[in-house]
Amino acid sequence: MHEPFVKKSILPGFSLSLGFTIFYLSLIVLIPLSMLFLKTSSLSFKGFIDVIMDPRTLAAYRLSFGTAFVSAGINAVFGFIVAWVLVRYTFPGKRIVDALVDFPLALPTAVAGIALTELYTPTGWVGQYLNVWGIKGAFSPFGITIALTFIGLPFVVRTIQPVLEDLDPQIEEAAASLGANRWQTLTTVILPIIFPALLAGVTLALARAIGEYGSVIFIAGNMPMKTEIAPLLIMTKLEQYDYAGATAIAIGMLLISFLLLAMANFFQWKTSKNLGKA
Amino acid sequence: MSIEVKNIHKQFGNFQALENLSLKVESGELLALLGPSGSGKTTLLRIVAGLDAVDKGQVLFGDQDAQNQKARERGVGFVFQHYALFRNMTVFDNIAFGLKVQPRHLRPSKVQIREKVMELLNLVQLEWLADRYPWQLSGGQRQRIALARALAVRPKVLLLDEPFGSLDAQVRKELRLWLRRFHDEFHITTLFVTHDQEEALEVADRIVVMNKGRIEQIGTPEEVYHNPANPFVLSFLGNVNLFHCRLAEGKAFIGDTALDVPGLSVDHPKTAKLYVRPNQFKISRGPGKGDALKAVVEYVNPAGTVVKVNLKTENGERIYVEISQDEFNQLRLIKSQQVYVSLKDVTYSEYVQDSI
Amino acid sequence: MSARTEPKIIQYFLIFIALAFFGLFIVLPLVCVFHNALAKGWGIYFKTLQDRDAIAAMKMTVVTALIAVPLNLIFGVVASWAIAKFDFKGKNFLLTLIDLPLSVSPVIAGLIFILLFGAQGLLGPWLIAHNIRIIFAMPAVILVTIFVTFPIVARELIPIMKSQGNEEEEAAMTLGASGWKTFWLVSVPNIRWGILYGIILCNARAMGEFGAVSVVSGHIRGLTNTLPLHVEILYNEYQSTAAFAAASILALLAIFTLIAKSIVEVAVRRGI
Repeated sequence: MHEPFVKKSILPGFSLSLGFTIFYLSLIVLIPLSMLFLKTSSLSFKGFIDVIMDPRTLAAYRLSFGTAFVSAGINAVFGFIVAWVLVRYTFPGKRIVDALVDFPLALPTAVAGIALTELYTPTGWVGQYLNVWGIKGAFSPFGITIALTFIGLPFVVRTIQPVLEDLDPQIEEAAASLGANRWQTLTTVILPIIFPALLAGVTLALARAIGEYGSVIFIAGNMPMKTEIAPLLIMTKLEQYDYAGATAIAIGMLLISFLLLAMANFFQWKTSKNLGKA
Repeated sequence: MSIEVKNIHKQFGNFQALENLSLKVESGELLALLGPSGSGKTTLLRIVAGLDAVDKGQVLFGDQDAQNQKARERGVGFVFQHYALFRNMTVFDNIAFGLKVQPRHLRPSKVQIREKVMELLNLVQLEWLADRYPWQLSGGQRQRIALARALAVRPKVLLLDEPFGSLDAQVRKELRLWLRRFHDEFHITTLFVTHDQEEALEVADRIVVMNKGRIEQIGTPEEVYHNPANPFVLSFLGNVNLFHCRLAEGKAFIGDTALDVPGLSVDHPKTAKLYVRPNQFKISRGPGKGDALKAVVEYVNPAGTVVKVNLKTENGERIYVEISQDEFNQLRLIKSQQVYVSLKDVTYSEYVQDSI
Repeated sequence: MSARTEPKIIQYFLIFIALAFFGLFIVLPLVCVFHNALAKGWGIYFKTLQDRDAIAAMKMTVVTALIAVPLNLIFGVVASWAIAKFDFKGKNFLLTLIDLPLSVSPVIAGLIFILLFGAQGLLGPWLIAHNIRIIFAMPAVILVTIFVTFPIVARELIPIMKSQGNEEEEAAMTLGASGWKTFWLVSVPNIRWGILYGIILCNARAMGEFGAVSVVSGHIRGLTNTLPLHVEILYNEYQSTAAFAAASILALLAIFTLIAKSIVEVAVRRGI
């Protein structure tokens, strides 16, 4: 049977609301975004490759994606611990900690950027101790990773938290009654259930970190080939009125991000399918 | 006002929810739509209310075609399964809603609205809850407020979707009786959906048994229970035992045992299925006069108004029998005891084509 | 010890790790902002905030939010009505499109508006011919802010509306309410906390957006500078105290946002 576009409903206003939604979406998002592809089509393929294979661009990509991966990894571990502690344990100030998890999302990135820079410069509160160990805090890939970890934390915690809260207590009790110890229960029962959410959270953090600008540029140092992230390179090209170059780098970034997201989605789909979508 | 649906079809994707269904609800009648989930009973109710549209067919209110009437113009009172009380309004405002949204020239004054709401709260015996919010009410209270809200607009027809479905057993029984009394007093044409046969049998004037988008039988509770039209109705309304047998010489042969089957005339031998309710057996301790099935008591549960007995025949078939406490006291059944079972009556018999 | 708890010592250890990580990454930066802002005392603090450029930047930030938030609020309510209340083909695709701005780097968000309205952009020549300035002027700042905050309200409202289902609206209609009355008397009040929540989050992002605005604003002091851009300029000019003073205003906004958010969350959970 031929399926209609919309299921009949007695509620009014479908055409109007959908029409407005698509109109506003096109105006604000789709038309501007399509400029990216329009501009790329004016580039020759060789021109495009030349820009994105330029050593400086490659270095920027490597730095952006590399630090994003490391920070996402850090957040996977510590974000999980934070979420676990917030869901399972009670301690004084827990509600404040819980509310503050969203702080990196609420704090304007420029503010985070200058605060972290101030902390991690060789004379800063944290930087001076790192200095003793010979680690360079600010103005290094290490500093960039710090900033990206800050930005990504809420994504990981907030995606795991609800899943941990909804976890059926009986599953753990069943595992315990069958003789599993806590560590076995955690690794064989809890983690597999949490894993899709963890992966989703990490993916979100990763996506955000790859494009992050405000919190990074202050702490990065912005040395070409060394501490110059891809978004900053786009900015630099724009300041030189090299719109084609900026667009090419942006497209390259989007393509790699898209690939990563598609892989993560596929992986998540596979694992949640195995779990039977309980 | 009477309601009639004629030859209606409704499909959701590939699922045929209603298939060529026709039904007339008489004015002032309390009619139950009974069936398992997915039988289309809620869909039918929503179509009558104008909440869903039919693919084909007609809905008539009185003799007026409701085709072009929107839900809000149909004058139906609909009580949703989960009540759908407006969570942002007090009980008072919930009940007053239907009056407040009327066009200005029809709208009663504030004083009239207040009087009407209090009258309805009085009817459902919940006056003291006027200023509460829905989340502060128990399930049974919500149910009655939902009913009061539906009644506020003086509906010509009352439609109830699983009205007692999500309530505790005790509350459910009370509200059931309350609904029956309410209907006897006001005689609003009422259509209610339920999957609970006991509820339908106890409350309704007539029962429509539905299955897979079709009507299996329409009749009074007595008719559908005692004279079911087919095995589906039979098994949906209460427990039943099924025997495969061969009918000959006025008897039913189950294995090698011949049983008397009251009220069954057999002109020539045939294979049949007999459907027997748990209370249609007679258990005796000895073989007695007629033929009887030999069986062993597997389990006896004397708790309750009837005594439930599980038997296992010589052929290994299991029979579920209910006997009165009196009978039980006479028989003094215990586990593993040998007994004889005969038929007092048969609810339904079905002939099977001989494969010769 | 029940089957669902770890030994106390492990609990304390995990709490310690979580809090240490949390302190290092969240609390320390927050303290750092206020410490540096007040490094030279309250007098200097207030004086830097009364600077002409600082006040202009604050105004610019407020005006931007005052335009972007209501527009995205209207969009959010309308879009969530269409998406949560109806079943139609391509709904998931539409949701993906609505989420796009969240997965695009802020710099790229700025870039696309330059490509559209910039001097070398698609509409650039026409705009120049008609003497209309969008890029490096206020309209572009507002436009990119709308872009980056675009999905925020809708994302809050869609799940709330979905979970509430259509039954209350259907009940209202069987009671004789028109579609419009149903919407205003039943649907909107039911999502009022979600609306408030969306406004708070959308406002925080609108006021704090840096990367995208930085691309299109041209950093013209007193004209197109928002507060986050003002912070950047001061910091790059080594006016650390002034930069942190301006930053502290934004940090206070963030704290206010979190408090408001927690309050609203409690209300939403109670389902009032």
